[in-house]
Amino acid sequence: MRVKAKKPDLAEGDLTPMIDMTFQLIAFFMVLINFAQTESNDRVKLPSSQLVKPPEAPLEFPIILHVAQDGEIILGGDNFTPETLRVGLRREITVIKAENKSVKDANVVIRAHKDTASGDVQEVIRVCQEQQLENFALRVKEDRS
Amino acid sequence: MKIRNREEGHKAELSMTSMIDIVFLLLVFFVMTFKIVELEGDFSVRMPLAGREAVSMDPTDLPLKLRLRANQEGRLTSMSLNEIDLGTDFDQLRANVVSLIGSTSPMEGEDGPEIEIDTDYNLRYEYVIRSITAVSGYKDGNEIVKLIEKIKFAKPRR
Repeated sequence: MRVKAKKPDLAEGDLTPMIDMTFQLIAFFMVLINFAQTESNDRVKLPSSQLVKPPEAPLEFPIILHVAQDGEIILGGDNFTPETLRVGLRREITVIKAENKSVKDANVVIRAHKDTASGDVQEVIRVCQEQQLENFALRVKEDRS
Repeated sequence: MKIRNREEGHKAELSMTSMIDIVFLLLVFFVMTFKIVELEGDFSVRMPLAGREAVSMDPTDLPLKLRLRANQEGRLTSMSLNEIDLGTDFDQLRANVVSLIGSTSPMEGEDGPEIEIDTDYNLRYEYVIRSITAVSGYKDGNEIVKLIEKIKFAKPRR
């Protein structure tokens, strides 16, 4: 009497541990992903300070100015120089005024590169002051060391 | 006796291939977009135009003056607080601020002392932040002791 054993067609590996691990990795990256990174700019590497803490509430009416190492200013995706920044600021101020708020309610967030000339940052502040803006936030990286 | 090769009933198995494809696509997306979150904070500075500030300024409440000097490369070469030379030591700057505001005006907040930072144009911004850190306060364990909250800049030097 001959009984033929039926062999499986393909030697399949057990995929369960791999899928488990993959799902865990996905969960890890999903938890850590930060969609609020839109404020950052690749051309700006912030200086650090031990004294700053992340703000508990977001600033009202922020105008975010990135100052690159060469002094170029980035506002809302457009590049400006201290001479042309006025145009970009007026555009932002128009938006603020459209919401029935005063210019003085706006907060200018300055994200300047750590190696940029501080005179360039001062020029940015001066141009903002000329547009009646007076609240400034110098953004720095938190240093936990 | 003849045993026939009986066909086993097919199990309705879920096709793993397409699911793994999608899972890997998701994984690649998250890996590529992953960026370690750096916590950021602000030094808040209120700086209205100098003209209006000068009118309201009380002559008996003059701000401390911090002068920062730089070399051609933008490195800090020396600094002085109210004409007291401090070299490039930020700890010494902090100690001087503590001694100055501790003896004159210990109040904090809106009525607290004020400092005016006057820097060379090409000084790297990093040094300005370090000096602001030194005059703003210090860490005592996990607590932050505040010193000067009112900071302003002098006119840029060209």
